[in-house]
Amino acid sequence: MRKLRILIVDDSAVMRKIIERALRQAGLDLGEVREASNGAEALVEVQKGSLDIILSDINMPVMNGLEFLKTLPTIPAAKGVPVIMITTEGSEARVVEALSAGAKGYLRKPFTPEQVKERVGPLLAGVS
Amino acid sequence: MTITSATTAATDVSAELKRLPLDTAWKSVLECATLEVFEMMAATRLTPCIPPELTPHAQPATPTKTQSGLIAMVGMAGVLCGITTIHCSSDTAIRLASKMAGTEAAKDPNIVSDAIGELCNMVAGNFKAKITSLADHCMLSVSTVITGENYALQSAEPSESLQVAVLFESSPIQISLITQS
Repeated sequence: MRKLRILIVDDSAVMRKIIERALRQAGLDLGEVREASNGAEALVEVQKGSLDIILSDINMPVMNGLEFLKTLPTIPAAKGVPVIMITTEGSEARVVEALSAGAKGYLRKPFTPEQVKERVGPLLAGVS
Repeated sequence: MTITSATTAATDVSAELKRLPLDTAWKSVLECATLEVFEMMAATRLTPCIPPELTPHAQPATPTKTQSGLIAMVGMAGVLCGITTIHCSSDTAIRLASKMAGTEAAKDPNIVSDAIGELCNMVAGNFKAKITSLADHCMLSVSTVITGENYALQSAEPSESLQVAVLFESSPIQISLITQS
């Protein structure tokens, strides 16, 4: 059993802390937690490899979450790493666009640890 | 300091959409959205209270109002054009940031602004998600946070507003939805 290696992408440092805390409260055994404040920074982290899951905000400066998601397939190290998109907006169109671009799920802010577990847990079955 | 509403820039985006008028029934939705966000993301239960200026119906927003403390704003464009704001004292903002990011992190003013900006963003998003006619037809901007004393908000267009007042550990927080009419 090993600890999970995750990447949290959000332009808000506070939100990155909240997401990490929610993951821990959801009972996930976190090991390495990497952070990025936009899609471009996240791509650099992804290239380093060794990730079990990525959680990414959609609305971010420099490179938004959807652009990041669409660029991921060009990075070999991203292959097989599930991405959960996190959105503040209740826009169905945005969610559909994210899922079409390869996201494995989405989480709407605000969220509870239970909702995090519901969305993230199934994607990590067999990892830790 | 005077801040002029930035929502005019969004007007072009929504020019072809029919704008929705401010609905006074949205006040309870805004209050519900606020309570949910603070409870889920700041682990704090707010107490609704009566605003200093009782506003049971939408009223024309005060054109210029002197403010102090900290105010976070998120622009809305689409069928609803305007801003959602959260206004509180600096001390309240620090205590909220402590709840969200920890006491040590909340010593950083940037973290405090970040926390209140995120709360405002989530309140605006949660509010519009609860109203079917807005969810897919209204976009949100990133948040802007202003701190300081004796500044004023001024809208370039006629506007209406809904106000929600809540107490956080006995400290007042005001949430407003200000729309261009």
